[in-house]
Parts: sequence; C-alpha cells; structure tokens
Amino acid sequence: MNISKSYKTVILIGLFMPMTLFILGVYNGIMQTIYRAGVIHQTSVGGINYYQGLTMHGVINAIVLTTFFAVVFGHVTVSHYLKKEPPKLTYQISMILMIGGTLMDAAAMLRGTAQALYTFYAPLKDSADFYIGTALLIIGSWLAFFGWVKIWFEWRKENPDKKMPLAVLGTFVNFSMWVISSIPVAYETLVILTPWSLGWTNTINVPLTRMLFWMFGHPLVYFWLLPAYIAYYTILPKVAGGKLYSSNAGRLAFLLFLILSTPVGVHHQFSEPVFEAGTKLWVTILTFGVAIPSFMTAFTVGASLEYAGRKRGSRGLFGWMIKLPYFQQDNYLFGYFICGLILFIFGGVSGIVNASYALNQMVHNTGWVPGHFHMTVAGPVLLVILGMSLYIYSSVSGKVLRFKSFAVIVPYLWLIGVALLSHGLMAGGLMGEPRRTNLGLSYTNPDSPLFNKHWIISTTTTMIGGFIMGVASLIYFIVFFATAFSKATQVPQIILPESEDLHEEKPIALLLNMKPWIIASIVMVMFTYVPALISVFKYSKPVHNKYQTQSPENMNK
Amino acid sequence: MNKYELRVMVLTGGLLSIFLFALLYNTFSRKIDVPTCVPYTGAFKKPHIKKVDNLTYEVYSVAHMWAFEPNEITIPAGSTIDLYLTSSDVVHGYNIVLKGINLMAVPGGVSKTKITFNDAGIYRVVCHEYCGSGHQYMMGKIIVTDK
Repeated sequence: MNISKSYKTVILIGLFMPMTLFILGVYNGIMQTIYRAGVIHQTSVGGINYYQGLTMHGVINAIVLTTFFAVVFGHVTVSHYLKKEPPKLTYQISMILMIGGTLMDAAAMLRGTAQALYTFYAPLKDSADFYIGTALLIIGSWLAFFGWVKIWFEWRKENPDKKMPLAVLGTFVNFSMWVISSIPVAYETLVILTPWSLGWTNTINVPLTRMLFWMFGHPLVYFWLLPAYIAYYTILPKVAGGKLYSSNAGRLAFLLFLILSTPVGVHHQFSEPVFEAGTKLWVTILTFGVAIPSFMTAFTVGASLEYAGRKRGSRGLFGWMIKLPYFQQDNYLFGYFICGLILFIFGGVSGIVNASYALNQMVHNTGWVPGHFHMTVAGPVLLVILGMSLYIYSSVSGKVLRFKSFAVIVPYLWLIGVALLSHGLMAGGLMGEPRRTNLGLSYTNPDSPLFNKHWIISTTTTMIGGFIMGVASLIYFIVFFATAFSKATQVPQIILPESEDLHEEKPIALLLNMKPWIIASIVMVMFTYVPALISVFKYSKPVHNKYQTQSPENMNK
Repeated sequence: MNKYELRVMVLTGGLLSIFLFALLYNTFSRKIDVPTCVPYTGAFKKPHIKKVDNLTYEVYSVAHMWAFEPNEITIPAGSTIDLYLTSSDVVHGYNIVLKGINLMAVPGGVSKTKITFNDAGIYRVVCHEYCGSGHQYMMGKIIVTDK
C-alpha cells in the first residue's frame, strides 16, 4: 500500500538509527573476544574499557536494536495486513521517546557513567539518566502498540467476517506480553533505582531488584524472538516457494507464548538464595512448557519448507532440503531465515539445559550462557532483523537494494561465525570459564598467578568466530548503508511477502480471541510471582549499599 | 490440525516429559542441591570457619570487591562443608570450577549449600558475576589435602 510521508520518515529513521549504533555494538563484541582470548592484556582500548564496551554491546544489540526493529516491523506488518496507518501522533511520539531514551543511554555509556552491564544489577550504580533513558525507550514502544490497537478496532468494525491475520495476532501477542512484563522493570528503574542513584534514597533490597529485572528479562528474549517467528510463519513459506502448513498451529504457538513467557523469569535465578526449591522446580516445569510452542514452530515451519522443496521437484525423504532456494540474489531473505533456523535448533536445545535447574548448576554464569544465547538472539533474531531491515528499508524508501550478491553471502558467513563463537563459549563454560569477565588480564594471561591454560583454546575459538561475524557485519553494513545513501527510483510502499495456507482450516473460536489468554497470562504471573515475592521479603533484608564500578568504597558512607 | 501435527505434538510432549523425568530422577537420586533458603541476618557478614568434627566444617564466606573471605580454605579429603555465602557490597558469584557448585553472593541474602570433597587437590573458586573493575582478579581456593 502507499504510505504517507511522515509514516515513511518514522519507519526509515527507526531502521537507520539503531543500525548506525549497531556498528558500535559489533565493534565492542569483537573487542571482547580479543580481550578474552588473552591476545591483549589491557583494561581498555581506544578509551573504552572492557566492561563499558560490554555494556554497550548488550544494551545496543539486545535492547536498542531489537526494540526498534520490533516497533518498525510491527508498523509494517500491521499496516500491510490492515491497509491502514496508525494515528500520526502515536507513531511520532513513540519514535521521539525511543530516540530520546536511546541517546540518553548512549551518552551515559560513552561517558562511562553507565557500565554496570545491561542487567544493571544494583548495588552497582549507573547514573540516573541511564535508567530514565531505558524507561523512555520502553514506554515509547508501548505508544506504537496503542496506535495499532486503535486501527485494529476500526478494521474489525469494517470487516466483521474476517479472521485476525496471523501476523497481526503475533504482533499483538508480542506487545501485550511486552507491556505486561515491562511494568516491573519500569517500576524498578523509575521508582527504585532512579531515586537511589540520585541519592534521595540510600537503602535497597537487592534480591527484589533482581527479581523485578528478570520478570522483564526473560519475556524480553521472547519479545526479540516473536518478530522472527512472525516472519517464519507468514513470510518464509512464501519466499521458500511453498505454503504455510497450518496457521492454527501458528496461532496456538503465539498464544502459548503469551501465557508462558512472563512467569519463567525466575529460571535466571536458580543459583540465588531467596527463592525456595519449590518455586525453582515450578519454573523449570513452566520453562519446559514454553519449549512446546517452539517445537510446534519447528515442525510447522519444517513441514512448510518440505512442501516448498517437493514443489520444486525434490525426491526422497530428505531431497527437499537440497532443493530450497539457498543462494539467490532476488530471494536473499531465504538465506537469512534458514541460517537463523539452523542456529536456533542448537540454541533451543542448549536452552533446555539451562532451564533444567540441576544441570544449570554446571553452567550458570559461565561462558555456556552467552554461547547459548548467541544462537538465539544472534541467530534467528538478528538474522531476521538484518534480512528484513534490508527488505523494509528498500521497499519503504523506494530505493533498490545495492550489492545484492553481498547481501546473499552475509547470513551464511554469520552462521559459520556464530557456530564457532558459541562452540568456544560453551566448551569454555563447561570448564568453568566465567562470562562477563576480562579474562585477558588474569585467567588467560600466562604471567598471572590465576592463569588457566585450558581456557586458551576455547577463548581462541570464540575469537575466530567473532572475527568471522565481524567480517559478515562489515559486508552487511556496506549493503545497508550503500542502499540507504542511494537515490530513490521506485514508489515507496509498504509491502510484505504473504504466505498462503496449505489447507483450508476450520476457525477455532478460542484461537481467535485474545482476551481469555491475556487473563490466563496474568493469573499465571500472579501464581508464580506472589509466592516468589513473599519469599524475597521473608529471606532477605534491604542493605545500605551503593557502589561505583571502579572502587570498593561504599558511597553511602 | 491434521494427524501429523497431532502426532508431532504428542511426540514433543513425550520428549519433554522424558527430559523432565531424567532431570528429577537425577536431582533426587543423586541429591543434587540448588541453594536453599536461609533467612538473612547481619551475622552472616562475619567471615569464619567452624570445625564441627574432623570431617565436617561450617564455612561462613563473605564476598567483597574483589576477594572472598576466607580466601583460602584447607580441609582433609572426605570432608563435608556447609557453606553459607553472602556479600558485603555488590553481587558476586561463587563457582567451584569443575565441581558443579554454583552460587550467587547477594547482599542482603544468604545462599546455603552442602559440598563433599572426596578427592585431594586445589579447587579454584571463580567469581562469575560482574562486580566492578577488579572482577577478573577475584578468585579463591579450596585446598583439599590427603587424609
């Protein structure tokens, strides 16, 4: 559909700005692998110290880029399927808040006043503008959602007989979950941390802030993931040359995420004191439950791909895998999607290990954990972001994609890079290598009494993987920015590849109404978090602590 | 949903049930502990070792920027330690490498676990939670001597 000038501007800025910051995110990612491998034994390089760089890497790649993409992809998806633009005020104010918040965060991180990593665990203190900036970014993303809700109700009135399109359902599920789960972190940053950082309050209940963070922190990973799932259900079958195997399965998968993704946050806290074993076990079971919609997706998407391969004339049991359109310039999206899916097989299985509360004892906070999540967030999530950003940028701006052959190679190179990086991190993690640590200063420095020679091979593998990912990103940036700076030659429009259903399916009433699922979701959150909250207060006490990262001196004294 | 889809969902459920059963069976039969809950009091901020008998110890460990206290513990092989862990400043981690003991040291809370050391050797305790600019130097030792 055609697009108004202001809507177009918001969408293009929403892609361009985070992609520019992503350069900084990638740079800091590569640097970490070099520090960790013990190639350099330094606290900082080029004025950015290891932990400051790690904070930037996490905040830019995992919060800024992903949130902007979820909003922009939501704009495009909702408008494409409903053939409407949301109210101008919502998308403009939303983008202004998000950009303002991001700039505040970026300034704090570059100044070095925010280097307590993206989890901002108190009692390490970041400056107040970092907490406020993060809250603004999140609140800005809510506003975009409210605009979509308005046009959805209009559309439903005009089209009383039509089903909610699958992609719109996915988007709405994702943002409903996002709003529910970001309330605790908004409370944490605005009510607890900001006054504490400004010195208005001095005591803080640390276990409480951690619980609130992870109430948000795990749904956050699904917030990254669901746009990729939407693309897998509604775009991938089309670009593979097939049809979607079952859209009811897709609906069920999305709605299951709505119920199960928020209450599982405690599984990040299995090694912590204040939760009882019963809570931990319950959350293990819930986390196994949340694997079900992912298994369903694997099957439905796999079946859709098999259908596509057979339509392309494949034979035998596995022949369809070979017939898929892997290296085609006019179909570059396929490569991004399939490489993401391949990584996600391993990302998902390693996630089940993390979720198993006794196995987690082996791997908690070791390199295993970033090894796992680079196969999810730097797997399907990032690859769909990269692929779709090219697609959306070029169609919405009316600019033809430049260097198409480069765009085709990127995902495959990235796949190899992540495979090596994650293998190194996971192998190291099983040998106890800690995550988030400047290993080069101690554990991988032969001159240090802390030197551990077993971690050299694993960190070196990680570094080689990091370099390959760096090369892939460089090629990608050439394609993206060359396209962005070229001249528009076509009519700007909002358009997405649309997969058809393979079978005509009977509509199931329960899968068409989000209300009962939202209520169930809130009930599940209460059922898990009320006991968790009670045990936080039963087993912990607030402390009079406030620290800066550079000094063991309590600022409250 | 057609029959293949239903079959796959049953298979998925079955597979996850097997995973869960294996996990629980191992957890209970081999008594793998997750940290248990002990109500926090300020008394846990005083690091010390209490010897109950020759092979049983209570260790009250306090993590701070950037060391553990006590930083070195020497015990004979076959000993069992009841470990109580807290932090006096920021959040720290406590990972006994290759031993599968993995705790968080959280100010205002106390983690408790039981560890048995059957084999002599030097066990490294690595802080695995970012705790400020000296984090990478924070390592303690547990020295297990021959009987």
